Amino acid sequence: MASSVEDVLAKAEQDEAEKLKSITVVKGLDLEFDIGNLLAHDKNQVDVREFRGQKKEEFLRALARDNTQLLVNEIWKLPTERVDEAIVVKLPTPSTRLPREKPAPKPRPPTKWEEFAKLKGIQKKKNRGNLVWDEVAKEWKRRFGYKRVKDNTKEWLIEVPVTADPMEDQFQKRNVAKKERVAKNELNRLRNIARSQKIKVPGVGLTPTSEPSKTDLVRACDVAKVSTASHGKFQDRLPKEKPQRNMGKKRKFQPLIGDFSSERQKQLDILKVIDGKRPRIDVNKAVNKQMREDDREEAAARFKGKGKRGRSDSKGGRGGRGGKGRGGKPGGEAEHI
Amino acid sequence: MRPLTDEETKTMFEKLSKYIGENIKLLVDRPDGVYCFRLHNDRVYYMSEKILKLATNVARDKLVSVGTCFGKFTKTGKFRLHITALDFLAPYAKFKVWVKPGTEQSFLYGNHVLKSGLGRITENTSQYQGVVVYSMADVPLGFGVAAKTTQECRRMDPMSIVVFHQADVGEFIRNEDTLT
Repeated sequence: MASSVEDVLAKAEQDEAEKLKSITVVKGLDLEFDIGNLLAHDKNQVDVREFRGQKKEEFLRALARDNTQLLVNEIWKLPTERVDEAIVVKLPTPSTRLPREKPAPKPRPPTKWEEFAKLKGIQKKKNRGNLVWDEVAKEWKRRFGYKRVKDNTKEWLIEVPVTADPMEDQFQKRNVAKKERVAKNELNRLRNIARSQKIKVPGVGLTPTSEPSKTDLVRACDVAKVSTASHGKFQDRLPKEKPQRNMGKKRKFQPLIGDFSSERQKQLDILKVIDGKRPRIDVNKAVNKQMREDDREEAAARFKGKGKRGRSDSKGGRGGRGGKGRGGKPGGEAEHI
Repeated sequence: MRPLTDEETKTMFEKLSKYIGENIKLLVDRPDGVYCFRLHNDRVYYMSEKILKLATNVARDKLVSVGTCFGKFTKTGKFRLHITALDFLAPYAKFKVWVKPGTEQSFLYGNHVLKSGLGRITENTSQYQGVVVYSMADVPLGFGVAAKTTQECRRMDPMSIVVFHQADVGEFIRNEDTLT
């Protein structure tokens, strides 16, 4: 009986030792820890002989286990809490700087105005401050925006310009102008966003104008035509109506390496059309021929009639006739001058 | 690089026909292989199908020239012949002008041909007809436009222009960097 108790005690002691052994790891150099990142850095040299001698996988696994054990030991040193039956540790802030996961964000592309300003060398005014002293109201007011200083839509009196229509409401006019400027700015802002996102901005379409020009009317007509359920596919045409222009039809070219024989045929057809336009009878040639004949007859008559006196006159005519004229080749006719 | 549109083809053929007339057919329909016109950087290149297929391996912005440059389309859509086309125009030329040996150099420096330098001229050349200029030894030197008809040429004074200069082989040296 006594022996059995001893045995049990010894076994318990052995178990304890084994348990301790499993959590104590002996290392030549202490590991460096960054608990915030759950990172341990083992600076000990790897025993190359052991690495080669043993099975590599086993060696690596043992090393990893030991180091992980050390890391876990380190975590257990931190103050623990119990939350919902689970023991938790608050990790300290990480000390190792890690590279960012995603690339750094690109700078915002410049707006149209910024591009223009850069081109013209226009610089932003340096921090003038948002508030301005208003002499009239005797208080600080905003430079722009709501309750701004010098708000020309809030004036109680406006002088009517000499050129203006006296019945026109100048207050109304200023308000409308302001609203239009705001709307235009908003449109430009949206356009800038679209441009930076590389989205294709649709055209503004038809904007109402007080006196539409001819192009405006044509455009209105074109837009109206395609504004049917079938995009104007079944829309009738007026008798002499011209086809719409610039309505999103793209140029389309033949493929670079396509059907060579059809391409050649097409070119020959074009040639045929060009040839057809050329007059069958060469008027110049005919006239020249006639003129030369006349010349010749005249010269002959003179020569016959006046004998030696006409010699100097007739020389030109003779020269033209001589030489190549006799060759009679259709294409290669040439004459010396 | 792309094939020419019908409009472009027509413009080019009309210009070419001023020099070689209906002989363009011989350029389009060749018995020794398939040849074609291709547009690249506003320039028209004439090449065989074989070279075209090889040229497709070159990136568009890296391709400087392929085949023979015939000329270029101006911004206003007109076609202008380049001297490089001379090799194809000279054999088929319908109207020719031969210049005297003394005038050869003057012509090759880009000057018009004067009556004094005119050696021979094809008969029945009409005014403003495209002509190919030859030396007296039948070497093609360039091309131009007849300023006067053959008939008028005879009665002209020696210092008047008979052929307007358009392109000459001297350009191969003068415009070496822009000629492709």
